[in-house]
This record gives sequence, structure tokens and C-alpha cells, in this order.
Amino acid sequence: MFPKWFDNWNRDNPTNIFGPAIAVGIAGSAVFVAAMIVAWGQPFATDQMQTGPRGTGMHVSEFVSDLAVYPDVDGFVTSEPVVPTGGETLAGEAIEGVPPTLANVTVENYERLLTAMRSWTGIPDLLEPGNDSYQTQVAYTMIEMTQNINQNWGAHVQANATVGVTCYTCHRGQPVPNNVWFNTRGMDEDGWIGVNANARGWPAIQNRVTMVSNFTSLPSDYLQHYLLLNDEGFYNPIAVHDLASRVENLPGDPLIQQAERTYAFMNYIANSLGVNCVFCHNSRAFYDPAQVTPQWATASLGIIMVQEQLEQYILPLQDVLPAERLGPLYADVPKLACRTCHQGEQQPLNGLNVITNWPELAVLDGMPDYSDFE
Amino acid sequence: MAYFEYQNIFTQVQVQGEPEMGMELRENILGGERTKRATFWNILGWIGNAQLGPIYLGWAGLISLATGTLWFNIVGFNMLSQVDWSIPEFIRQLFWLALEPPGPEYGLSMPPLNDGGWYIISSFFLLISVMMWWVRTYLLAAQHKMGKHIAWAFLAAIWLFLVLGLFRPILMGSWSEAVPYGIFPHLDWTTAFSIRYGNLYYNPFHALSIVFLYGSVLLFAMHGATILAVSRYGGDRELEQIADRGTASERAGLFWRWTMGFNATMEGIHRWAWWFAVLTPITGGIGILLTGTVVDNWFIWAIEHNFAPEYLGAYGYEAYGTYQDFGGIAPMGGQ
Repeated sequence: MFPKWFDNWNRDNPTNIFGPAIAVGIAGSAVFVAAMIVAWGQPFATDQMQTGPRGTGMHVSEFVSDLAVYPDVDGFVTSEPVVPTGGETLAGEAIEGVPPTLANVTVENYERLLTAMRSWTGIPDLLEPGNDSYQTQVAYTMIEMTQNINQNWGAHVQANATVGVTCYTCHRGQPVPNNVWFNTRGMDEDGWIGVNANARGWPAIQNRVTMVSNFTSLPSDYLQHYLLLNDEGFYNPIAVHDLASRVENLPGDPLIQQAERTYAFMNYIANSLGVNCVFCHNSRAFYDPAQVTPQWATASLGIIMVQEQLEQYILPLQDVLPAERLGPLYADVPKLACRTCHQGEQQPLNGLNVITNWPELAVLDGMPDYSDFE
Repeated sequence: MAYFEYQNIFTQVQVQGEPEMGMELRENILGGERTKRATFWNILGWIGNAQLGPIYLGWAGLISLATGTLWFNIVGFNMLSQVDWSIPEFIRQLFWLALEPPGPEYGLSMPPLNDGGWYIISSFFLLISVMMWWVRTYLLAAQHKMGKHIAWAFLAAIWLFLVLGLFRPILMGSWSEAVPYGIFPHLDWTTAFSIRYGNLYYNPFHALSIVFLYGSVLLFAMHGATILAVSRYGGDRELEQIADRGTASERAGLFWRWTMGFNATMEGIHRWAWWFAVLTPITGGIGILLTGTVVDNWFIWAIEHNFAPEYLGAYGYEAYGTYQDFGGIAPMGGQ
């Protein structure tokens, strides 16, 4: 089949060609794949959401296959309210153990809400009359917190569309929500103690893979540092920048360590929302309020909202919760922050409107407004 | 694998025979402190000279190795201590762990050992180690009656090292400004340094340093390629070509002159390369030294000096996407 000179040459030059063939095959395939990726782009389609002026690279990027995927949305139990016609018995009068902030709801709507809340939280005997477990006390507080968020923090939870929050926003059918956080920094006579053993101060609170550090080596204590009141009764400032090209440095000014802690916090927010820095900031000047995006204002309000909920509703549960619900290191209350609600989405539950059907949860004081359903 | 026989990756030929032991021992030559034996190693021969050794250590080398080992061990044992002496955890967390400098509250004073004290001690040893290695490059050059170009080039890198760990922390009045010894933590430091001082990309010395860094890469590639391309005409005998230009140099020069109108010379290209390499850490070090001491916000500095453009109001909001178009659920009727 082959010419004679070829067969002769092969006979005279016995060579194992498998080694080179495999080497050339592997190298050739790698070159081919690399060339295809360069020429055709990577094979998984992506989509972008522009967040800033053109030409600045400000956008959020996602795989198309990850968009419009709502794993928890189907689990949201909801039902339309029964509009009161006047003269109904109120839950507070007829039923035992009704949360004070739901006392002025009609019996029908209260029971409708109770069914939903039991599904949302995965607690089958929630607010059962006669149930005096700690869960009842916690439920009172949590319902009040939900109403407070919906009534007083519309600027955050209704910023772009009617979304609102219910128990399900955090709980997703589980008695203890995922994505709660505990303190990681403590104190002894030698200084801070934290995630690292045998160290004090800044070395003790960083450089460790932890869930709360989002698997970075940045400081792990940023949530308690920025979201809880400090010893002087103030919230620690998040900013680290100087606002002029040359300023006098004073003792106590934020330096590298504070910048790293801020970065850890910002990284937490970005991860919680499934976005990146340029969702809120123009990364050429992170600090500059003239270059931030509209989302920056919503997020800033969210930080203040979290601070208020922690102070007013969450921290007071310290004496209510049993020991097994408290933190592993410092026996502190499980706390909420951005990720507890958002769970990786720009808006919790992908912006599903959870509040319209539940006027009872939309007001903290005053009568529920059923006018949408009349 | 006959296919690869008598071939290697970079060099054409491996020479192996009696090891070349260097010059005879004589008065004023410190060669007596060389190790006694030399061996050959094929794999080494793929990328350079196959001969391994003899090594001259000398007093500077000994001090450098000893203090460097001390630094390395202090860092390692501090990391090990931070995971409570667990070897598996040490391996698992290795890239995250660090020996951190003291916190800002200690200023330039000596902190407790477990709060930055070990960092100060180990840094002292690292300083001695690096400086002794520099002394070694200087003395060995003197001994070989060479110019001191290597020592001065190394000193340029040491300048950046000293700015980061010594000069700038002193000017800032706090050891907390120094760089942590850890894989990810030193990257955290780098990014925090940039962000804290208003974006280091607007620091013109940082920009210069990048120019020289990338420029070094480009020059190295151009020079290496040029010499390899004319080695068939004896272009790899560069010293010969410098003294007595032959067809290799003529062709190489002609190639670049036709390509870009200008060519370096056989001798001058090495000065180009040396200066580009040396200016990378020199300009970088100047940029770091100015940061936080003279300029506290490089972005504002750049605006003030017409170095950064301001947006002229055309933010183009109408082109921004909405969440509904990006995975969000379309809103239902409002309340």
C-alpha cells in the first residue's frame, strides 16, 4: 500500500512513536482548545448588567444558566387576605397567645397568617395557644421586627420594586435561618482573642479560613465591629480614606488594618448580594460619593437598617434563647446581616413580591391596609 | 524516546567532564571557603550548565543563611502556633496564615511577642540576612575583579524592600504599616494599601514602575530572541561581537532598524536591560515611600494635577440594566 522506500525506511528505523505521539497529541489538543476559547469565547454564555458610565467596565456578570433560577421561590406559601367588612372579632380578643403586634388582625386573617408562618419557619406548633417555649417569645420579637422593616425601612426593602420581607425571606422553611453570624472576636486581659490561637490583637482576628471571612485571610470580626455598638455607644465608621490629597496623619487614623477590615465587610456585602464592587462603587475612587451608583444609597440604608434591627430586636434575645442556640465561641445571639435575607441575590428571593398579600406584616402600628384587595 | 535524544530545552549541548573548580587558591583570594566537590546533573544541564558546585559561602553567606533560616523558622513556628501546633491544620491553612506586624496602637515601640513582637524580631534577622547576601554579591564581584553591576542592581531591589519594611513604617510612625509575612495576607496588604490611599494606579511612580517592569519583559524577549536568531552567525558570542562587529550584529541591527527605525547596539542593549530592570523597584519604592507620607489620596492628587479625567456628566443611566432583565422576578402590582 505504501511505497517501497517508505516500508524500507520504517524497517531500517524502528522507532517507538507512541511517546512523541501522545506528547504531540496532548500539546496539540491544548493549543486547539486554547485557540477555540480565544476565538469563540468561553462556551458558557454570560450576561451583564451595566452599573456605571460606559467605558468604565462597571457591570455585574453572571452565567446565563444562573439567571432566572429561583430555588426557594416555589417554597413560598402565600394566600390572598380576607378583606374585613367591619364587625369581625379581632384575634387579640378571641385567641390566646396572639403576638401583641398582631392583636388587631381579624381571626380569619390571623389564622391564615399563622398557617403561612408555620410553613415559612418550619415550626409546626408555632404560637400554639398554651405553648410557652422560648419560640413564642422569639416569634413575638421577630414578627415585630418584620413589621418594623416593612413599615419603616421601605427605602431599603421597597427601593426599586414592591418586595418587602416576611419570615420566609430569612427562614426559607427552617426554624433557624441559614447565614446567621456569631461573634468571632473576644477579649482577655492581653487584648483581642479571635480565630487564631496563641495570638493577641490584630494577628488574632485574621489570616484564617472562616465562613465569616468568606474564605479570605481578611479580618473575621468586621460584622461585630461595624454592625454592633462599640464600647462608647457609637457605630464604628466604615470609611478609611482621606478626602484631600494631603492631610496630617493623626494617631488613631485608620491605616492598613482598618482598610483590610473594611474590605472584608465590603466583600461580605458583595458576596451576600451576588455582585461585585462596581455594583455600588466606581472602583477608581471607592470613597467618592459623587461616583457611587444608585445602589450605594440602598446598601447604605441597609447597613443602618441591620444595625437598628440588631440593637432593637436581636440582641435583647440573649436571655430568651436556650444555650444550644447561642454562639459556639462567645455564647452570643445568632445575628442577621445582609446575607441572612439576600442569600446571594440582588434582592431577596430574586425580588419576589412577598408583602402585598400580607398587609398584617406591613404595619407595625395601626390597622392593616387591605385597600389593594377591596 | 529516541525522538528527544541529544536534544534539550534551552541549550544546544551539555558538556560534562572533569568539574571546573575555578581559580587556584592564592593570597587574597577567599576561594578556600569554597565547597570541595562538584557534581553534574543532567536536568540542570537542560536549562544551563550541568555542573553543580563548588559553592563559595564565606562569612557573609554563612551569616545570611543563618539569619535567613532564623527568620523563616520564626515565621513558620508562629504560623504553627496560631493553629495550636496542629500539623494538618498548618498545611490546610498555610496560604492564609501569616506573621503579622504589630497593631497601630504600638507605634514604633516593641509590642508583646504574640502581638507583633515576633514580627519585629524576625524582620531584624531578615534585614541582616538580605544585607549580608548583598555584601556577598559585592565581595564575590570584587574577588572576581568584576564590575559591581550585580550588587547595585540587587541593591535596587533591596531599596524597595527597605522602603516597605523599614523606611516607610518609620516615617509613618508605626510598624503596623509593614507587610505581613504570609501568602494571602501580603496580598491583602497590597490591595488594602492601594484602596486606603485612594487608588495606587493614580500614583505616577507606580505607573513608572509598571512601565519599567513590562518594559523589562519586552526588552528581555527582544534581546533573547534577537541573539538566538543570529547565533547561527556567531551572534551568541556577544563579547566578541561587541569588540569586533560581525555579520550577526549587522543582521540583528538591520532587522530592528527596518522594523522600528532604531536599533540598540550589541553593548548598549545590556545597559537598556540593566536600567529598565533596576528602575522598576527604584521608581516603585519612591511611589510607596510617598504614599501616606506626602500624598494621602492619589485619586484626588491625580484630579488636582489633571492626571485623572473627570466624567463630564454623561453617566448614561438610560443604558443601565434593571434587575428584572437580569434574573430578577418582574414586580407585581404595587401596594
